[in-house]
Formats: sequence, structure tokens, C-alpha cells
Amino acid sequence: MKGDSSPMATSRPARGAETPAPVQHRFFELIPPGTRIDFVGLRFKMLLLSWTTIAVGLAWAYVGGINWGIDFVGGTMVHVKFAAPTPIGDVRAALLKPELGEALVQDVGRAGNEFQIRVRGAEKGGSSSVSDAIKADLREKFVEGTYDVLRVETVGPKVGKDLGRSATLAVLAATLVMGVYIALRFELRFGVGAAIALLHDVLMTFGALAIARMEFDLTTVAALLTVVGYSVHDTVIVSDRIRENMKKMRRESLATIMNISINETLSRTLITSGTAILVTAALFVLGGPVIHSFAFALLVGFIVGTYSSIYVASPVVLYLEGRQARR
Amino acid sequence: MSRSVLTRGALYVALAVAALVFLVPSFVRPAPAFWPWRQPIRLGLDLQGGTHLLYGVDIDQAIDNTVDRQLQELERVLREEQIGAASVERKGRTIQLQLANKDKRAQVEELVKDRFPNLVAVPEPDAEAGDLAYTLEPREVQRLRDNVQEQALKIIRNRIDQFGVAEPTVQAQGSDEIVVQLPGIQDPQRAKELIGRTALLEFKLVARGPEAGTIDHPGPNVQVVPGKSEKGRRTSYLLERRTLMTGDVLTDASVGQGAATEGMVVNFVLDARGTKEFGEITSANVGRQLAIVLDGVVESAPVIEDPITGGRGLIRGHFDFTEAQDLANVLRNGALPAPLKLIEERTVGPSLGQDSIRKGVLSFVVGSTLVVLFMLVYYRGGGVIADGALLLNVLLLVGAFAAFGFTLSLPGIAGIVLTIGMAVDANVLILERIREELRLGKTPRAAIEAGYERAWYAIRDSNVTTFCSGLILFQFGSGPVRGFAVTLCLGILTSLATGVFGTRVVYDFLTSRRRLATVSV
Repeated sequence: MKGDSSPMATSRPARGAETPAPVQHRFFELIPPGTRIDFVGLRFKMLLLSWTTIAVGLAWAYVGGINWGIDFVGGTMVHVKFAAPTPIGDVRAALLKPELGEALVQDVGRAGNEFQIRVRGAEKGGSSSVSDAIKADLREKFVEGTYDVLRVETVGPKVGKDLGRSATLAVLAATLVMGVYIALRFELRFGVGAAIALLHDVLMTFGALAIARMEFDLTTVAALLTVVGYSVHDTVIVSDRIRENMKKMRRESLATIMNISINETLSRTLITSGTAILVTAALFVLGGPVIHSFAFALLVGFIVGTYSSIYVASPVVLYLEGRQARR
Repeated sequence: MSRSVLTRGALYVALAVAALVFLVPSFVRPAPAFWPWRQPIRLGLDLQGGTHLLYGVDIDQAIDNTVDRQLQELERVLREEQIGAASVERKGRTIQLQLANKDKRAQVEELVKDRFPNLVAVPEPDAEAGDLAYTLEPREVQRLRDNVQEQALKIIRNRIDQFGVAEPTVQAQGSDEIVVQLPGIQDPQRAKELIGRTALLEFKLVARGPEAGTIDHPGPNVQVVPGKSEKGRRTSYLLERRTLMTGDVLTDASVGQGAATEGMVVNFVLDARGTKEFGEITSANVGRQLAIVLDGVVESAPVIEDPITGGRGLIRGHFDFTEAQDLANVLRNGALPAPLKLIEERTVGPSLGQDSIRKGVLSFVVGSTLVVLFMLVYYRGGGVIADGALLLNVLLLVGAFAAFGFTLSLPGIAGIVLTIGMAVDANVLILERIREELRLGKTPRAAIEAGYERAWYAIRDSNVTTFCSGLILFQFGSGPVRGFAVTLCLGILTSLATGVFGTRVVYDFLTSRRRLATVSV
């Protein structure tokens, strides 16, 4: 390219960036080219950090329990919205009928006027008489017209039991399919690395859901599956570059190639994930209570997924390489 | 300029125009009369409000019922042939027969073989000569398993159609479930009663004389059946166990006006066989009470005053109009082959639906604005092209929902928002690659060429994997979650079409006109 001063061919140039440098290209850059962060060297520390976090999350889930939605455990959920902010205690106090003894009331809006009342357990709460009881109690305590029943859901026992199993199966199947696909496109060890990274993301998200007391329902499973499908993006980008560099740099060790590749692709992994995280954050903040836990799971999953393609998938590949070399 | 650029460009313009044509009825209401497409985007129950009911079909019960019917038929045949049986009873799915006279065994076996093709003998090693046992033919059991859900589906569909709700959905799910969706229905009580009713109509004689026994000690072959509760009072009836006729001989039922104090009545019309049977029954039992039993409850038990040979009858149950209307509805459409159990019930009020749409659209506007701005600032010229592709992407994606009649749910809207965030991934990969090639000193044209070529592998692989997880999600989920899976997969297709192939047309156009000195990425 010669240093002629013809106008930029595409669109109008951004202010202050139009000086056409003869050879030097000037881009707006997040990560300048030539960045060399020693990701591979950090892998053991990160390994420890990752799996400790997961262990904490799982332990939390085990001890504190998961905030299961009625999709999974059966029961009844009534979602009400009051015209004016109402103390949650008033809502709790309204539920007097004996079968509502174990009703959970949760504030779901931001304005303190939206509540979800849940009676969990299919035996106690899986029939429409429970929702009728809740509605009757609300009618007695609050003036008709000052509140609105937005949603009523009742789930019997059979659905919940089947659902837990098929959800686990679906997530595992998706992970496996991703792993196999990557193994076929690249090499077996890349596939193994990708699958482990995905499992890492799912477990991490699961733990985050438990710690944040987010409701775990059908849409949360949808979010987990989406995380599995999307986290592979970054892994693909990095693996693709590793493969390319392995052809170019035959002399270098895999660890070096990996470090170079991760650094070279860092800006694109961050940007691609960044845009996905941006829209998910919009959903989380603005999407409303119905998809709150869905958006939360996506948000956490995408963030963790970006990290794991760098710190989980690649070290696994490296570890498998080491084993191969020793043999 | 190469022709290929023109052709591809024209294709995208055509796609955009088509999407707009499909979308106008969703946003302009009413659409102009001459508009070629009329169907707006179908909204899921979570967005428009309504009731979602999930029923389980009790197939095992249907099989038991069939065994019961065979048993009753067998009893009738034995009576006709004057073969005395000490007992005929059902144990699980076998019919056990004890003959009074052992010598008739061969005759009974012959009878069953001739007239009961669905029964097979069960060999019982320690049985006495007068004992026989039969069970349903395995093929018949399989046929029931295959058909019961379909039959129930058909009957419920008819009941719902006559219930009068706009655009209901009645669908089979899995092998033994039925989904009913009623848009706009907030109080599903009446609908639930209509759907959940088995509507098995039976005619039985009220027992009389010393054989009847009392409510606490009913006589042999006599059963206690509760009557309909009236004004809080519930009477019980002593009925002869034997069913004289069932509702399957009904051809029609309608609401009629009863006498002054008895409210509405339900008139029914019998088919030829039913007319004959009913004539015989009523002739033989003039003066006795005939109980009309619906799903195990006596609706009424009028005294037979004259033989009824016209094939018409009526049920007096002190109904109000809707009760009578619903009863006529279920009788007309026949009894369910198996009881239904309500497994899941979800009702969404219209205000929440509106609210969800508003919040979904808001997240979309904010999310996409952020992404568009980022691309613009970061990639400048390349960002403009990518943003144009993004606009077309959304247009095609939403247009596809209108064109193919997919249902848009709240997770579906979330899927569209998510597609925005993922669609630009391809552009990011391509543009980053172009930058890299430019840094290596390639001309813009060569850099663009290499950028598309090298980035393609990563784009393809990452989209294939997301598509796969979308398919698995579709397989796993139901309702709104499926809506999300559809959006996800569809979004991948439109993203590839616009973000990769669409932007390529623009770059090809730019590089074909003149020698490009620089490219803004």
C-alpha cells in the first residue's frame, strides 16, 4: 500500500483517525498486537482457583439447597403485583390457610410491589386448590383492585421427577456432542479439553445460582444449554489459532504456541464474548422477573465460559500432550 | 462490477422486502386491505395471557376398563346361553370364571373363541375343571396403548372446539400426555371441568325389594352409588351392578328447557342399536327406576312410565344453562377412553404478558444499541457494514417468525436479544483477521479476501456447536423453552446469511468498483 491520500473507501472515517499512515495501520484496539501474557504459566494457580470455586459452589448448593422452581419439585406458584409498594411481611401474614403453612414469599420486582408466593412439593402444593386458597387469602387481606394476580402455575409430582433427569441428560449430551465435534474438527485432546471446560462452566454457573438463591427452573436449564453451546465459541477460536500456529511454528513447544495463540486471539475472544455479555446484561437488568434467573445463568455462564476457554481447555490439552510425550 | 455481486445484492434486497411484507400485519393494525399477508406473529401464552393445561392420559386405566367391558359382555353372553357361572370377576387384568357346571367348560371355551377375539386363555396349573381364566390379547393391549392418547386427543379437541375459545391448541406430547392451550382464558375452572370429565354415561336399574339390602349392607350384585348433591344434600342410590347400556350409543345431545322448577335438561338421541336396546330395557322394566349414571354419580333416576322406543331420552339434573351446555357437549363427543389427570396448570394474566413484551422490547433496544455503538466505535467502517447486517438479521429473524407461523414467547424474545450479541461474533472474527492481514502488509483487497477465508473455519465450527445445543434444547424443552431453542437456531442461520455472506457482498461491491487504497476496519 502506497501512501496516497485517497479517501477511505468505506464509510466516513472516525474523527481524529484519518491521517493515512503509509505502512502503519491504526486501529482502535483493546489488546495491542504483540501482547504476551503468560497464560500457560498461570495454569496451575488458575486450576486451583477454578475448582476451589466450583467446590465452594457445590458445597453451598448441598448445604443451603437449591432454590428449586416448581417445574422441578412440583407445587404451586402465584405471582402477584400490588398497585403500591407493600411490605413483604403483610403478604406473608395474609396467608393463613393451614395448607399454606409452608408458603414461601419472595420479592421479585425492584419496586417492592411484586411477589411470588410458592408452595413447594407436589403432594402439598400440586393441586389447584392451593392456588385457590392463596387467592382467597389475598382477597381477604387486601382490597380487591389494589393487586393483580399475574401468573398462577401448578405442577404435579410426575413432571418434576422426569424433568430433573432429562435436564441432566440434556446438559451432559450437549457437552458430549460439543466435545465430539471439536475432537473431529481438531484433535481428540482438544475435544477432551473443550468438554472439560464446558463441564467447568456448567458447574460454576450451577454454584452461582445456588449462592445467589436464584430460582432454578426450566428456563435456567435452557440457559445452561445455551452456555454449553456458546462457550465453545471461544474454545474454537483459540483451538483454531493453535492449530494454525502449530503448522507455522514447528520448532516451538506446544506451551509456547499456546501462549502465543491465546494472546493473538485475546482481543477477539474478549470482544465476541463481550457483546454477548452486553446483551445478556441488558436482559438481566431490564428483562423482568420472569426471565431473571435465565438471564443470570446466561450472564454468569458467558463470563465463566470466556475464562474457561483460556484457563481450562488449553491446560487440559497441554496435560494430555505431556502424557503423550512421556509415553 | 461482476454480475455475481449484483445477483447476490438483489437477493438480499428481495429477502428484506419479503420480511417487511410478512411483518407489516404484526405492527400495522389493521393491515391495509390489499396487503398480501394477513397473519401477524403468533404470541405465546406467556405474552398474550391465557391458560396452559397439561394432562396425563391414564392408559393403564383404559386397559382395565377394556377388561371390565369384556367381562360384562362375557357375563351377558353366558346369561343368554344359559350357562350358569358361580362367579365372574376381574383380578388385575385377568377375568376369572367359575362355572357352576364343569361339563359346560368346552362350550364356554368355544364361545369365547368365537365371540371374543380379544381374549386369550390364561393357563392356570392349579385350577379346577370348572375354572377358566382369560386375559386381553397382547396385540389388543398394544393397540390400546397406541390409540388411547389419540382418541382422547380427538375427543378433547371436539369438546374444546364447541366450548368456544379463540384459537385453542390441543396437542399430543410424548406418548401419554396432552397439552391444551387456551389463549385469553384467565379462569380455567369451567374449561378444566369440561376437559377432565371422562363422561362415561351408564344406565343402571335402581335395586328394589329385599335383594337390594341397605346402604350399609348392600345385597349381592348391588352397589351404592352417590347421587348429585343438591342444596348441600347428597343422596345415595342402591343400583344393580349390571350396566344395561352405555353412552356410546348416543348420536347427539342438546340443551332443552325443562319444566318450571327443574331448570335445563339435556336431550339425547340414540343410534339404531341404542334405540333397540333402550326399547327393550324400558319395555321390560316399566314401573322401575332407571338411574342415569355419569362418571360414577347418579344424575337422575326417573321412573320408567312407558316403553321408550323412539330412541330419544332426556336427563333431568336441575342444571343451569352452562352446566347443561357442557354436559351436552361431553355427551355428544363421547366418553374418554381413559381418565385424564391434570399434571400442570399455568395461567398468565394479560397484564403480565403486556409487561413482558414491554420489558423484552426494552432489553432488545438497549442491548442492540450497545452492540451497534460498540461495533461503530471499534471498527468504524467495518462496524457500519456489520451493523447494517445486524439490522437485516433482525428483520429476517422476526420476519421468519411471521412467515412460518412460529410462536414467539418471552424466552424467544430473549433469544432474539441474544442473537444480536452472538451475530456480530462472525464480523468480529472477520474484521480482526482483516486487521491482522493488513498489519502483515497486504493490500485491502487481499486482506479482505484472506480475512473471510481464514475466519470461516472458526465461524463455521462455533455456529455448528451452538446450533447443536439448540437442537438438544428443542428436544428437551416444551412451550416457551422450545420457543427459545427455535429462535436460537433460526438466529444462527440468519446471522450466517447476513453477517458472513451479506457483508461479503458489500465488500465485494466496494473492491470491485475501483482499486481500494484503504479499508476502514
